[in-house]
Amino acid sequence: MKIAVCVKQIPDPATPYSLDPETNFVVRPDDQVLDDTDRYGVEVGLQLVEQIGEGASLTLLSMTPSGTLAGIRQALAMGADRAIVIDDDTLRGADALTTAKVLAAALNNDDDPFDLVIAGCESTDGYSGVMPQQLAELLGIPSLSFARKVERQGANVRIERQTEAGYDVVEAPLPVLLTVTAGVVEPRYPNFKGIMQAKKKPVDTKTCADLGIDPAVQQTIQSVEPIPAREAGEIIEDEGDAYLRIVEKLEELKVV
Amino acid sequence: MTTWVFCEEQAGAASASALELATKARSWGEVKAFYVGPGSDTAYETLGTHGVTEIHQISTGEHLAAPAAAAALGELVAPEDIVLFSMGNTDRDVAGRLSARLGCPVLSNAIDVDPGGDQVTVTNEILGGTTRVITAATSGPVLIVTRPKAFPAEPGDGTRPDVVPVAVPDTGHAGSALVLEQHVEESEGPDLEAAGIVISGGRGMGGPEAKWEPVIKLASLLGGAVGATRAVVDAGWVPYALQVGQTGKTVKPSLYIACGISGAMQHVVGMKDAGTIIAINKDPEAPIFSLADLGIVGDVHKVLPALIEALEARRPA
Repeated sequence: MKIAVCVKQIPDPATPYSLDPETNFVVRPDDQVLDDTDRYGVEVGLQLVEQIGEGASLTLLSMTPSGTLAGIRQALAMGADRAIVIDDDTLRGADALTTAKVLAAALNNDDDPFDLVIAGCESTDGYSGVMPQQLAELLGIPSLSFARKVERQGANVRIERQTEAGYDVVEAPLPVLLTVTAGVVEPRYPNFKGIMQAKKKPVDTKTCADLGIDPAVQQTIQSVEPIPAREAGEIIEDEGDAYLRIVEKLEELKVV
Repeated sequence: MTTWVFCEEQAGAASASALELATKARSWGEVKAFYVGPGSDTAYETLGTHGVTEIHQISTGEHLAAPAAAAALGELVAPEDIVLFSMGNTDRDVAGRLSARLGCPVLSNAIDVDPGGDQVTVTNEILGGTTRVITAATSGPVLIVTRPKAFPAEPGDGTRPDVVPVAVPDTGHAGSALVLEQHVEESEGPDLEAAGIVISGGRGMGGPEAKWEPVIKLASLLGGAVGATRAVVDAGWVPYALQVGQTGKTVKPSLYIACGISGAMQHVVGMKDAGTIIAINKDPEAPIFSLADLGIVGDVHKVLPALIEALEARRPA
């Protein structure tokens, strides 16, 4: 089974980032990291590869107009075999559909077809939450979305799909795309051996021209303005009686 | 121009988000609903009173709905139309597939939509709700995914709409996913998304069961719903249905009490519009304090038991 896991490098959520006042694109600091939500997809992929053994492989797939590979190396260190990275300056500010087109072209351009494509439900930085479904539609394959549990069922994949009311058990034949929720599995931490090996694993870097695609922008940003911050209120240190201030506040609000 | 509102049938009723979207769109002109589910008179009538004049209903039976629903909806929408979705899982599945099918981008996370004169614009908040961005669509139809609760649902004086059944198109392999079982997970207490008071716990609660108990106790004393952060849900202390934040539920209660919550961007997005925010956290640097109307720097396991005891003492015997 040939598995692809879509991963995204994002600005480290711990460092504040901003918008370029001219282009309105997010200014991406150099210290990019693997989106934390992608670790779940990588782990699901690795567990399937380990179960199947012989003939199973895991390829990372990422679009990153940034030049950096730090986040990709993190996912390789977890145990992925190789990575395909589309690094092209024209992709700065790309929307979800453009991203899906680029990833679909990269999947279709690889030597052998993929049996399984795994993605997170949404990225931490952009969180549009529609890219995986766009990719599945472009590839003409079913999507088992919002999986909180994944298992192989013969030649099929079966998941528990989160719904508004609870969950559904849903199954589809390969090739199929999965989106996984945080909490579907416990992602492993890379060990020292993994980190050393990651430096030597093959990373196949491509441009849009290599894939024969020309991304077009179909939306324009009209204005960007700061939202006035909510005014901070009263902060008190608990000296054993701070609960009384909460009771007063609840009385003020007529909650009690 | 027609506005299409996506509606997934949920337990025999129209999705709450479809009623919010119809309320928003009915002043713009004609509103039609694209309805996924077996069909229900109650749902049809509610959609009608909220401004929908025509319902196109598709039922995909045991098949997961999105591929066929997107293919059918793609045949119905005209280039000048607007299609509104919410953040529901099926909403997003259909929006994504429709976008790829039509070659139109999705404008996501909208908190406001203006059909405009010649250009549709949407407003959203980025960077953790600190920056407002207005984006214009440059091609049509315009597909928009809105944040839950962006608009209030208000019944108007609409009547029962016409219902047009839609044939299920053959989508081949893409449409081959089957729903084998459906499970309902009952939750206790008031509905989190509709509650006027929400008591949420974060990692600072320290664990499930006895450590989590004060959150439940306070919620029950105040008649509120229980919420949680992603860290708590990922750790398995409480089910996903209680998650508040970017990847969980968006709440707008009049009172939000954050217990042991640091205030990560991903959580704040789901609760920052609460009327009054009270936060209890032992770290004085926690970002939650910059939002709080009342912030208590202290140990939740000291402050909450004292608060609970004081509230219990006030209750009439």
